[in-house]
Amino acid sequence: METIYRRPALLADLPTHYCPGCGHGTVHRLVAETIEGLGIGSRTICVAPVGCAVLAYKYFVLDCCVAAHGRAPAMATGLKRVLPDRVVFTYQGDGDLASIGGNEILHAALRGEPITVIFVNNGVYGMTGGQMAPTTPLGMRTTSSPLGREPRQQGYPIQLPELLATLPGVAYAARRSTHSVAEIRRARQAIERAFTAQLRGLGLGIVELLGACPTNWQVSPGEALEFIQQVMLPVYPLGEFKVAAELGA
Amino acid sequence: MARELWKGNEALAEAAVRAGAEAFFGYPITPQTELLEYMARRMPELGRTFLQAESEVAAIHMVYGAACAGVRALSSSSSPGISLMQEGLSYLAGSEVPCVLVDIMRGGPGLGNIQPSQSDYFQLTRSAGHGDFHPLVLAPATVQEAVDLMYGSFELAFGWRTLVILAGDGTLGQMMEPVEMPPMRALAVERPDWALTGAAGRPPRVISSLYLDAAELEESNLRLQAKLRQMAATQQRWEGFCVEDADYLVVAFGTVARIAQSAVRAARRAGIRAGLFRPVTLWPYPRQPLEAICPQLRGVLVVEMNGGQMVEDVRCVVRERVPVRFLGHLGGVIPMPDEIEAELAQLVSLSGRAALS
Amino acid sequence: MAQGTLLIQTDRCKGCGLCIRACPQQVLVAGQHLNALGYQPVQLDEALRRCTGCGVCAWVCPDLVFTVYRESAGRAG
Repeated sequence: METIYRRPALLADLPTHYCPGCGHGTVHRLVAETIEGLGIGSRTICVAPVGCAVLAYKYFVLDCCVAAHGRAPAMATGLKRVLPDRVVFTYQGDGDLASIGGNEILHAALRGEPITVIFVNNGVYGMTGGQMAPTTPLGMRTTSSPLGREPRQQGYPIQLPELLATLPGVAYAARRSTHSVAEIRRARQAIERAFTAQLRGLGLGIVELLGACPTNWQVSPGEALEFIQQVMLPVYPLGEFKVAAELGA
Repeated sequence: MARELWKGNEALAEAAVRAGAEAFFGYPITPQTELLEYMARRMPELGRTFLQAESEVAAIHMVYGAACAGVRALSSSSSPGISLMQEGLSYLAGSEVPCVLVDIMRGGPGLGNIQPSQSDYFQLTRSAGHGDFHPLVLAPATVQEAVDLMYGSFELAFGWRTLVILAGDGTLGQMMEPVEMPPMRALAVERPDWALTGAAGRPPRVISSLYLDAAELEESNLRLQAKLRQMAATQQRWEGFCVEDADYLVVAFGTVARIAQSAVRAARRAGIRAGLFRPVTLWPYPRQPLEAICPQLRGVLVVEMNGGQMVEDVRCVVRERVPVRFLGHLGGVIPMPDEIEAELAQLVSLSGRAALS
Repeated sequence: MAQGTLLIQTDRCKGCGLCIRACPQQVLVAGQHLNALGYQPVQLDEALRRCTGCGVCAWVCPDLVFTVYRESAGRAG
């Protein structure tokens, strides 16, 4: 018998604390497989966020630190500046990165820090129980937008990779999803490109990954995949918004 | 080495360079900006890291990141910037990652002004961030002392795995004084056994301040508290002037202590046996040496450029044994020697028994 | 069709059913018993013998419970 798939050794053989059907597990796997595939595990440092993925350091078999809420790009900057030959990536959720950490990601991108940013967007604050995030689609009800997000009250959702793609310091900016096998495979490729951008010293690489949050969307794990397609995709189109020429087509 | 004229902020920067600082992250704010500007020239010249951050918040988290790699990293700021850095200071303390920070204090609250102040005393010694911790706080009075304390600060920071804050006021940052610079130290080659460098040939390391389990967080805190107690017992530093036979003690730190010293001299000339007690460490406060002097005293005068902050530490030691008076100026108004002398005379008349020599 | 099989870490499975939904051969089913986490872990219906070892279940599983095997080409009959 031939082994077709075996879990990556860079993910600890532990049950995760994530809810059933949560997108984080899949994204963790893709990141670990990418790092393993690139053969850079012994020189990669992970900066974990505040949010559902705060315990990422328990799962990645890598040197890890935990940043304050939103500050992962600043912490990664500090690490990368003193360890330029190491690979540094942040793993952040949408509240962490797009709200409280907006300034840190913007300026890390402006400086073209050669770091990799894995950005999981599920449209809500998961860890605190499903409050509105900057990424919450219009009309969506959350515990802090009980009548549905209304633009005159709560503003519009943010499309971060599109925004960052306009900056010269960004080498790679893409949005992928985890709602189907085909999309998960594309997500894997995007993650690999975001790391390759760093390995080639091209600038900041960011991949936004649409991930399911069945618990806070109050749907079943299967329905959450439909939710991504029906509610998230219209607001968050998939694609590569910036690919440095040196990364190839 | 010859003595050269150095501006306080630039002298602090050069001393950090010579102490082996490998990375500086900062943000411009008066009256510390010259430190950042000096580093902007000096660090790249030596192939070391300098980065002007987008905010003080980002700066301290960059320091946190660099310090996680086990390098000697520092930042500098002034009062409003320190407020913004408190988040990072708490995380640094919670994960016991060492670094050095300079606070060139200015008047507050709020935007306040850019004049010299000592109003961050409570902030630095009592509430440098959420949670239970104290940074080690050093308060130089001269540019030379600032250089010397900075030169030894990374040993303290790494030795104790603690945050070391050099607290000066705007006067110290801006004044020029002759300084003998210490020699350039070679950069540390070895990284500490907790540093994040990539898990090559060893198990992965984690630097975190997160302990979700109550018992685990308490245990981590108790360990931190034990360390702080040990620091408090061994790190108290102070300097005295005419303390041996003093009946009346002026207590002041930083540049105010220099003004107070002039007042003590004048009081001595006027027949009052006055002395000066100058804490060098604000945390841990030099309680033991102050306690040792207490029995000989008839009165204490605390002089600060704030509304009365260190005086609380002094009162904790002196208690009700002798009168403790306070003279404070705020907002950048600097106490004058004659004012201090007048306060001393008041203290003498209050305590009823002028000790004339 | 190649013959495949799965090793399922049932103690890790949270019963989200994403694999059941994705399996092109429909050979995965929710188990009848609860695991220690309190979920009904997925099972391979061995009786169907239709698993091709395509690995789709492993691609969609957020909890990495699958190891996927396929009969090597030389021995496929």
